[in-house]
Amino acid sequence: MTTTTAAPPSASETAPRPQGRRGGSPWKRRAPLLPALIFVIAVTQIPFLVTVFYSFQSWNLVRPGSQHFVGFQNYIDVFADSQFRGAMLNTVVLTVVCVFVSMLLGLGLALLLDRKFIGRGVVRTLIITPFLILPAAGALLWKTTMFDPVYGLLNFVFGGETDWLSEFPLASVMTQVIWQWTPFMTLLILAGLQAQSKEVLEAAQVDGAGRGRTFLYITLPQLSRYLQLAALLGAIYIVNSFDAIYLMTQGGPGTASTNLPFYIYQRAFEGFDVGQSSAMGVIVVVLTLIVATFALRLMFRTFDVSGGVK
Amino acid sequence: MPTPLGRRRGKPTIAVLLSTLLLFVTGCAGAGAIGAGGQTLVIAIVANPQMNDAIALSDRFEREHPGVNLKFVSLPENQARAKITASTATEGGEFDVVMISNYETPQWAANGWLENLQPYIDASEGYDGDDFIPSIRESLSYQGSMYAVPFYGESSFLAYREDLFQQAGLTMPERPTWQQIADFAAKLDDKENGIAGICLRGKPGWGESLAPFTTVVNTFGGRWFDEDWNAQLTSPEFTEAANFYVNLVREHGEVGASSAGFSECGNRYGQGQAAMWYDATVMAGTNEDPASSKVVGKSGYVAAPVSTTDASGWLYSWSLAMPKVTEHKQAAWDFMRWMTDKQFVQLVGEEFGWNRVPPGCRQSTYEIPEYAEAARAYAQPTLDGIRDARQEKVMAEPVPYPGMQFVGIPEFQDLGTRVSQQLSAAIAGQKSVEEALQQSQEYAETVGKAYQETR
Amino acid sequence: MRLGRISLTAFTWLVAILFVFPLIWMVLTAFKQEADAYTDPPRLFFTPTLDQFAGVFERGFLPYLANSGFVTIVSTIAVLVLGIPAAYALSLAPVKGTKNALGFFLSTKMLPIVAAIIPLYVISQNVQLLDNVWALIILYTAMNLPLAVWMMRSFFLEVPKEMIEAARVDGATLPTLLSRIVLPVVAPGIAATALICVIFSWTEFFYAINLTAARAGTVPVFLSGFITSEGLYWAQLSAAALLASLPVMIVGWIAQNHLVRGLSMGAVK
Repeated sequence: MTTTTAAPPSASETAPRPQGRRGGSPWKRRAPLLPALIFVIAVTQIPFLVTVFYSFQSWNLVRPGSQHFVGFQNYIDVFADSQFRGAMLNTVVLTVVCVFVSMLLGLGLALLLDRKFIGRGVVRTLIITPFLILPAAGALLWKTTMFDPVYGLLNFVFGGETDWLSEFPLASVMTQVIWQWTPFMTLLILAGLQAQSKEVLEAAQVDGAGRGRTFLYITLPQLSRYLQLAALLGAIYIVNSFDAIYLMTQGGPGTASTNLPFYIYQRAFEGFDVGQSSAMGVIVVVLTLIVATFALRLMFRTFDVSGGVK
Repeated sequence: MPTPLGRRRGKPTIAVLLSTLLLFVTGCAGAGAIGAGGQTLVIAIVANPQMNDAIALSDRFEREHPGVNLKFVSLPENQARAKITASTATEGGEFDVVMISNYETPQWAANGWLENLQPYIDASEGYDGDDFIPSIRESLSYQGSMYAVPFYGESSFLAYREDLFQQAGLTMPERPTWQQIADFAAKLDDKENGIAGICLRGKPGWGESLAPFTTVVNTFGGRWFDEDWNAQLTSPEFTEAANFYVNLVREHGEVGASSAGFSECGNRYGQGQAAMWYDATVMAGTNEDPASSKVVGKSGYVAAPVSTTDASGWLYSWSLAMPKVTEHKQAAWDFMRWMTDKQFVQLVGEEFGWNRVPPGCRQSTYEIPEYAEAARAYAQPTLDGIRDARQEKVMAEPVPYPGMQFVGIPEFQDLGTRVSQQLSAAIAGQKSVEEALQQSQEYAETVGKAYQETR
Repeated sequence: MRLGRISLTAFTWLVAILFVFPLIWMVLTAFKQEADAYTDPPRLFFTPTLDQFAGVFERGFLPYLANSGFVTIVSTIAVLVLGIPAAYALSLAPVKGTKNALGFFLSTKMLPIVAAIIPLYVISQNVQLLDNVWALIILYTAMNLPLAVWMMRSFFLEVPKEMIEAARVDGATLPTLLSRIVLPVVAPGIAATALICVIFSWTEFFYAINLTAARAGTVPVFLSGFITSEGLYWAQLSAAALLASLPVMIVGWIAQNHLVRGLSMGAVK
């Protein structure tokens, strides 16, 4: 990167300042950060500002000349739309349930893996594989070979003729998402389990603490950072789930498995209502930011980011 | 960033960075896509069986036109429509040829998004534009010029398994009513052997479930809007039709009905899992094709069932159009011509069998002896269906919009999609028909209001 | 005790196999004829065939594969080129404001990508990047950068401060400092980060489906062609799914330990 040489040396730099002692002016030290920062701002923030602009327009893409300023009308319409509220609820349910269940499963699998046994490497390889499969592939496979009412494996195992995707659409989608994300959780938690100090565990055993007590009072607290990290990262990705819904149910039947990303997509690319879909996008961003502020605060506390700055 | 920045020194740094970034981005743009170059035509197409046959044969075209490469984007109806509409409406230029229907063609032609094809048609010797069935040709025209050329045309009719009817001692009348069909479906429904009484679409999408559904509404005497653009989705007739459709498919329909569209129904019927199927007339081709069907020669075909009207059915045509922004116009036309030509019909007939010929658009197709022989069970019902598909024949009440199974206004893509979602929810048993219609009525009222204001 | 351990091992194996059974089934189905894929009861024994794989390539799989490979590699390199200096600045040479920068990076990760898809579509069209692999490269770089910076930052924190101070005193410039002192220490961490970027770029679906058509489609776009239920297609779908996932699967298997390390952010610094 040539950017580091870009800051022209100036007289003031030679003056002994507290930061100067540690090498260069603040700007020179910030310079390596800037390309990444500017790139991310340009690519993620500018389109979003345009979205905000569109959200005040009434604009149907397939009706040319329909674009005009309508103030907050789109926002009013969106809040009055019962489907939007339904999609919001589905998003919350999908995210919370998937994160929670996949973490529970991940914890279980990690505990099973956290000991020496024959073929441990193979088992671990098997378990991480669903995370490495394309989500698109996973979704289509579950839709067809697993959930199909006639030839699907699930009905073969459980009997009956359940049409999983139309009778339990959200649960079916969640099953696939959980299956996809459990390996991720397992790996993270496993890393946490292996990072805990063996001495403490042994000491606990010497003191006569049972397995359950050791797990509850020693392992879990040590794991909590890993669990929080797992929950946060999982939530960031699962809240944006689109592939599974697009490929498995198309949000249906009706709107039973529509989440916000899919609903916005649908209003934008099937309904071509640019104004309303932009307003929804803005609302989602605002809501996410509110939630994320709490999440970020949690994360900064957890990982003590300021530790690096001092 | 809320940092006390050293402004004076900060600016040049940012400028340098910005220019680096700009260089990076523009450098990227210059490089273009992998594999671009030469004359590559990108064709967006709906993944129905007849279109897949055309894709399979497309290397012939490339051989005849050296230097032209074809790339197909073949997607299911809803996805294809989303991509094609977005691209055409923003003049995105990703596609040189797009597959659209008689719903889009007049609207998009009026918007100036499509190339007028009439000059190309007139200049192409032996193409014979007058050979297209008149109703189809008119539905693809705007101000007397064709803006899309039909690949196939269709109305709707009913297929039924003659063998199952015989076993059960039933006879199908020539012009059945929906009540008769419902009775047949109840008698033929055979859950144990996995045979549904009837296959009906339930998959959301205005081009999916709403097509057969709206024809039922029409013949029951319902309509989307009255002549003053008042939404009519909760009228007694509309409600009766919706209840009839939903109950029929819930009680005697196929498994997974709420996500079954044309393709899925075709699959079920072709596998022998349904005794009747009400859908597009083109289905006959796949039903009678040994490569995809286990019920070849077992089906009879009759006109679309009716209730209060004398006839029922829809008019639809999957057609090829050229966005105005297309770069390779002549090459694009050459391809469109190839795919809708008389010779293409011959080619498909000889290569894949006469049942797989794209039907319902060229009158000359029906004069080919081999086709008449192969399609004897359904050729005449198809032609009759297309001929009868006129608003005054299939609808009981006058309406202010063009179209039979759709409402020919731009907002219908959105409105139809949302109403069809409600319909699917009712079919899946997630909500009652009344709730679904109530919500749908609200959507429709918003659209209707816009038209009442601008009138 | 011994019996308990054996049965626990057996149980672990059973759970693992059940868990990946959909994948095992996918592999089996990929080698079936279509007729064998649609049977009730499902067929476990059959004559294997490679027809489906041939079919996938006949459907024009290779260009999608090439696009995916190109997009993934270039965007991962871009992430590293932009991300390494940033991570360095945030960890080893932090000044006032860096905490805010880090917070900003992470918060962009939480913006729902769907919120800006229409402007992205319109902008891509205006700069002639619609259906162009470079649009995906730029977006994937921006998408992966926040997580990558954050991960690499925690790896960088492992570099002993004294080494850097010593090199600074000797007058080393940033590039030398990075390549001579820092990189050797954090190389495994960077590998882990790159691996995560590769996985997320390879599997990304939303941008790919909305911003590409024929020329720049990636592997997930190819797979989405199977969304229809037209005809018998499960065996070919399975073959396509297997082929599409194989590159990342193999890389992931080989680099398992990196993956664990990467995900746990260098033991959660």
